[in-house]
Amino acid sequence: MMNVHALQQIVHQTRDARRKQTIPRLSVADRDQLIHKYHPDYRASAYRPLRFGPNEGERTVVELATLLEGDSPLDKQVALTPHHYADVLVIGGGGAGCAAALHAQEAGAKVILATKLRLGDSNSVMAQGGMQVSVAPDDSPITHFLDTLKGGHMENDPHLLKVMVEEGPSIAKWLIDLGVLFDREADGNLHVKKGGGSSKPRLLTCSDYTGLEIMRVLKDEVINRKIQLLEFCAAVELLSDDDGACTGAVLKDLDNQQYVVIAAKTVIIATGGIGRLHIQGFPTSNHYGATGDGLCLCYRIGAKLSHIDTFQYHPSGAVYPEQLVGALVTEGIRSEGGHLVNARGERFVNELDTRDVVSSSIIRECEEGRGIRTMTGRVGVWLDTPLLDIEHGPGTLEKHFPAMVRQFERFGIDISKEPVLIYPTLHYQNGGVKIDINAETGVRNLFVAGEASGGIHGRNRLMGNSLLDLMVFGRRAGLTAAARAGSMKQGKLTLHHLERFRTEAKKHGDLSGVVSPIILPAYTRKVG
Amino acid sequence: MDVGEQNADNLVDQPEVLQPRMVTIEISGKQYTVPEGITVIKAMWYAGQEVVRGVGCLGGFCGACATYYRTKDDPKVKTCLACQTAVQDGMSFTMMPPFPARKAIYDIRTLQDPKQDLFNLYPEAPLCRNCNACTEACPQKIDVREGVWKAVFGDFQSVADMFMDCVMCGMCAPVCIADIAPNFVALYVSRAQGAHFTEKPMGLEARIKEIEEGRFNDEWNKILAMNKEELAELCTKVK
Repeated sequence: MMNVHALQQIVHQTRDARRKQTIPRLSVADRDQLIHKYHPDYRASAYRPLRFGPNEGERTVVELATLLEGDSPLDKQVALTPHHYADVLVIGGGGAGCAAALHAQEAGAKVILATKLRLGDSNSVMAQGGMQVSVAPDDSPITHFLDTLKGGHMENDPHLLKVMVEEGPSIAKWLIDLGVLFDREADGNLHVKKGGGSSKPRLLTCSDYTGLEIMRVLKDEVINRKIQLLEFCAAVELLSDDDGACTGAVLKDLDNQQYVVIAAKTVIIATGGIGRLHIQGFPTSNHYGATGDGLCLCYRIGAKLSHIDTFQYHPSGAVYPEQLVGALVTEGIRSEGGHLVNARGERFVNELDTRDVVSSSIIRECEEGRGIRTMTGRVGVWLDTPLLDIEHGPGTLEKHFPAMVRQFERFGIDISKEPVLIYPTLHYQNGGVKIDINAETGVRNLFVAGEASGGIHGRNRLMGNSLLDLMVFGRRAGLTAAARAGSMKQGKLTLHHLERFRTEAKKHGDLSGVVSPIILPAYTRKVG
Repeated sequence: MDVGEQNADNLVDQPEVLQPRMVTIEISGKQYTVPEGITVIKAMWYAGQEVVRGVGCLGGFCGACATYYRTKDDPKVKTCLACQTAVQDGMSFTMMPPFPARKAIYDIRTLQDPKQDLFNLYPEAPLCRNCNACTEACPQKIDVREGVWKAVFGDFQSVADMFMDCVMCGMCAPVCIADIAPNFVALYVSRAQGAHFTEKPMGLEARIKEIEEGRFNDEWNKILAMNKEELAELCTKVK
């Protein structure tokens, strides 16, 4: 049996030959054929239709369907006497939540930010690739719009998309004014990198710590502005008045298991994605709390979801060493010229094609026997990381990808000498709660921003559009909610929507039998 | 997963994971037997522990899982991120509780003299006694002590560069004999560097102005009036 170093030799041996190759991006027809055959979104057995609720009859993955049709932990007798009052209640402490809270507070609202872990614990903090903003002279918001639309298979909501690309530059300015240190050119202009599926270099970066840098600053700002924080408080149900408008939420304090009732004129859901549901058994790049809580809450109160049948499997999740399985190997490596290489030493896809295309092609290579198998039964292909130092000079990886170098170094792997083994990892929910251009849902006074929202990215999100999306719509949600709250009275706190949901469930053969949201994944082993 | 006609030669040899050797470790002073090589966090789950505080991104970026550990027969207590560290036989570890370090409150945008303000906001910063415990405690291998001195001497640019890797785990704070919280000092300095001592990017300002003045409005009107086929056609032209 061969060891990892022996198997890597083919990557080193074929490098020079591969450097002379150019692999064109696929035509639309070839792309569609590849995706339909290999992308996990097209594995019919993983899906089922929803039996009731706002998206009745529409298909989603079984794992999510079970939670959407799940029951609330609350019974009818629960006391709805408020513990706190707010103009704007933000649920979620990642990028979207912080952007929403800061803007709502600046607009004069009394804001509470509740999060089930600590402030900032989120996927945002891990975003390595950057944030797409069309700042280069030969680029424009229009080109950004068209790239994104193409990447999303023409299913993006064009009105949401226009807002996102047009407000990118002003969001970048806001972040810079708060002290975010984006990479610069010698002349002081913002350095831009090219991302997969984009026709122009458009990624603003802070080396490979873009999300971390933005989140350090936003967290600090939330604390400096003395926004009321409720950490380790998970939302378990929303509240509504007689007209069905949202009026607050019930949280569960994870330190003492008590319910905390919040009366809020407006509520902003910024709870992120679903990676920790491990859809179709995939490992995930997501943070500990990515369990789709916001989707369950919004579904029960009557908000319609959009594009919940499509998920993003990031092409490069680590497969080896075992401790890093699922962890992300940033797309930046491919942006800077890293090749994907199969067991025969061949390239098999344009590495900068869209994520769904690249992931599908990796799955194809592995299913057709051209993958490299680890002894734990995992399969992957090589990502030729040493090529970057050869192409751009020694020290390139260390300089541009310090986070990744460190991550592998901890397990004795020097990525400037050894290629890494990768396979797609569950990364992002392309869809989410349907919103309008001010981030409001179909339920009045209920807003959603960030990954929990749906419609902006169509069926496939481009690299770097997530950090942008959550800043732009976080700001819109915060500003709209604050303005709304200024001209209205606090509504009644009831669970009428829950009664309706339970009645409807009964008509359709009952709830799924689980209680949702699940709050945290069940990783603890049952002992004894 | 169907691996089809997988060539048997395409195998990465990982016998240690194929047949996990069990090792004995100590979690907060209590012994458990767990598979060798799993991460510290996974060892806690394997041992049957519920972990709420102490887990965040699971990717080495958020600093939630700051942990103290010691390896077999070594008196030295080291620090790590529990999601990024593998367990080994005889290892003893415990998670760091939240530490009540003081963070100064400021409005970064209205600071008048950020380099002088450092001494008002963090008067303890110049009192560093050079013990180097902060640097030794840093799981990101930042030269924290050097960073504190550079902050005090006003070299904000260097501090910003050095602390780009900082995950704010806060392990540098409890060890400081001068009660400095170096991570908070560096955060202030980095933000001040970005907000006050970095050139404003002209290209960005120009693009914002173009958008405000409606430079793209005609194109938008054309695009938003297109049907799906026309849009798809236009998209194929973008290269």
